[in-house]
Amino acid sequence: MSSTNRIIPIEPAPPAADAGGDVGLFEIRQKIYPRAVSGRFAQWRWALVIATQVIFYGGPWLAWNDRQAILLDIAARKFYIFGLVFWPQDVIYLTVLLILSALTLFLVTAVAGRVWCGFACPQTVYTEIFLWIERRIEGDRPARMRLDRAPMSAEKIGKKAAKHGAWIALSLWTGITFVGYFTPFRPLLAAIPGALSGSETFWILFYGFATYGNAGWMREQVCKYMCPYARFQSVMFDRDTLVITYDGARGEPRGPRSRKADVAASGLGHCVDCGICVQVCPTGIDIRKGLQYECIGCTACIDGCNQVMDKMGYPRGLIRYATQAALAKGYGAKTVLQRMFRVRTIVYLVLLGGITTAAAVSLALKNPLKVDVIRDRGVLARETAPGIVENVYRLQIMNTDERPHQFTISASGVPGLKVVGVEVPVALAGATARLVPLRLQVAVDADAAGATKPGDRRSGRASDKIEITVQAVDDPNIVRREQSSFLFPL
Amino acid sequence: MSDFTSGFWSWFIIVVTLGSIAYCAWLLLVTSQAKVKAEAAAAATGQAGKGVGTTGHVWDGDLAEYNNPLPRWWMWLFWITIVFSLIYLVLYPGLGTVPGVLGWTSTGAYARDRADAEAKVKPLYDKYLAMDLKQVAADPAARGMGERLFLNNCAQCHGSDAGGSRGFPNLRDKDWLYGGEPEVIRDSITNGRMGVMPPLGAALGDEGVKDVVAYVRSLSGLPHDGLKAQLGKPMFMQNCAACHGPEGKGTQALGAPNLTDAIWLYDSSDATIAEGINKGRHIGMDPAHPPMPAHKDMLAPGKIQVLAAYVWGLSNEPAPKK
Repeated sequence: MSSTNRIIPIEPAPPAADAGGDVGLFEIRQKIYPRAVSGRFAQWRWALVIATQVIFYGGPWLAWNDRQAILLDIAARKFYIFGLVFWPQDVIYLTVLLILSALTLFLVTAVAGRVWCGFACPQTVYTEIFLWIERRIEGDRPARMRLDRAPMSAEKIGKKAAKHGAWIALSLWTGITFVGYFTPFRPLLAAIPGALSGSETFWILFYGFATYGNAGWMREQVCKYMCPYARFQSVMFDRDTLVITYDGARGEPRGPRSRKADVAASGLGHCVDCGICVQVCPTGIDIRKGLQYECIGCTACIDGCNQVMDKMGYPRGLIRYATQAALAKGYGAKTVLQRMFRVRTIVYLVLLGGITTAAAVSLALKNPLKVDVIRDRGVLARETAPGIVENVYRLQIMNTDERPHQFTISASGVPGLKVVGVEVPVALAGATARLVPLRLQVAVDADAAGATKPGDRRSGRASDKIEITVQAVDDPNIVRREQSSFLFPL
Repeated sequence: MSDFTSGFWSWFIIVVTLGSIAYCAWLLLVTSQAKVKAEAAAAATGQAGKGVGTTGHVWDGDLAEYNNPLPRWWMWLFWITIVFSLIYLVLYPGLGTVPGVLGWTSTGAYARDRADAEAKVKPLYDKYLAMDLKQVAADPAARGMGERLFLNNCAQCHGSDAGGSRGFPNLRDKDWLYGGEPEVIRDSITNGRMGVMPPLGAALGDEGVKDVVAYVRSLSGLPHDGLKAQLGKPMFMQNCAACHGPEGKGTQALGAPNLTDAIWLYDSSDATIAEGINKGRHIGMDPAHPPMPAHKDMLAPGKIQVLAAYVWGLSNEPAPKK
């Protein structure tokens, strides 16, 4: 085989149609064997795989304030994220997080296409990790295809068992780590396997099975048939979105040729039709056909083609990140960069910046004290002694701070309004709520005629708006003022 | 167990459910074997050999719709759901009134959850059941529990601060209708109270009622008509002293209130006292006067113990624990 002109054989995928030219409504999936690729983009992808997984697997091990740093304690209805504790009343921040995620998705997709899919999506990341394991155990692309076609043997069973064993072990560890975000991680580890609760066991197995199934078996089927991102990419892209494209003007007409041949004279484009871009593709498409919904933007074809271009002595970038407008109108890199800042992206950027700033400020100024005032309805107004009217309330005082606090309670709005019957200051431990029955009392003017009915002796008002103030003793800035009403008996 | 008006509905559900599942299975079978001619459609889009191209319809000149095959694992997922549903219907109730093999019911599930919850707190309540009520009142943890139990179960009538309301006794004072010893309080909570004051309007007549009212107000030192009070005294002795006592101090065995203090279950006005004498107070038998409910079927003995101690502790300083 000549070293200057290697023809790399293409394994044709069996056609979906059978001999009669008919196609079933359900097609049998053709397994895809992505060829290994190395290059600049591959290095970026692996850097992100490592970064995301260090964060994911490392997260539950972190501690903060004598507790786990990241703990989404659904049973106790508190989400701990480092120094922040989110109570159910803080669900607005979850809404904000979802809005920010959506805006970030729109912005990034409008600018750079499906970079999330190719570099950060857990489906891609775990498929890459599982593929790496598969390559280590079963070999490179031709070796894997050979092994699958080979009849059963001790070697085949051994390799398959080793591969699936490694996959299952990693999947179980992923399931355990995932559950470790919702229940304290170290006690969870200590409880394995005998002392695990039913729900813990179920969820570990569920997420483990999901990881094993999605990354080991389903792979591109998730991207092609399950994920909505592929389907609405066409509304999020525009002609200035960076997508992975094949420069047809430069590459066509394609065809094999000698390395020493003069390209210009031969009338051929730079594409040598080696098929490497198809072999490395994890979704099994041919990027030379143009932008397709199956393309997850993994950039393996860029690296693969660049390697061949290097060998042929042609410039890199036959398959590269480019915008459709740039290809059509021949824009240079500078213009492409300028056109990144267009109305659409600037609007997204402004919205993103505004909401992020508002959320950050809101979080920084979050008042750890929450107070709800619930008026007693069975006891509207009560005259305890002639001329003394009482109303009864329940204060739900919530100290969302992790430090304990003591709170004073006062009330205003009716002249002479007094708080009675509550031992102030009220003490609350950290991250707790307490119901405090509260009595407010006011002296009422006596009727000059000295009527015999106590209810006659009122100042003429039926109800007044009042304000109840709860304030922390150690930090006057932690204060809540809640409105309520004070009723007088008729 | 079911609310069906006739046995027909059960069969209706069984037929519709199993029929739908069978239809889904048939549909899957038929479509999984269906074939679509590849050449004609493929030729329309010039994609010969690729498989099915478009559906053949063309709109607006060039808008066509692909007819790509679904992945085969979708079909397997559908089959799995059919198998799952059949297994589920055998194990759990779903086919009309047929109970599942596992015998699951929602009331059974609730009873199990409740039993689990009670088993969890049993040691705590058992500890308090073994203690004397005054000791329980001295325990700060028991006081906290008592407050929360009170707010959940008692505050609707007696107020969040246990101060009572018109017609509902104040539990914070030392005036008790039936007795203020902790054991009596526990009995009130457990078995409820239904006091009855018989109507005496007919026996006394309008003027007589006014006289008795004046006398009753004189017993507690309220402003009253002295002449009427003198006229009312013998009528009181004849009609009222049997329950309220000759001095009007009340009888705890009957729940007859003490008329000589400043504490009034309703209020101390002429009209209200007159209404009580005229119509009586039928606690529990009159919708206007709901009874103190018996909690023995609503609350576990341990909870009643903690509650009784809490209520007693509202008006008594518990002796400090040694």
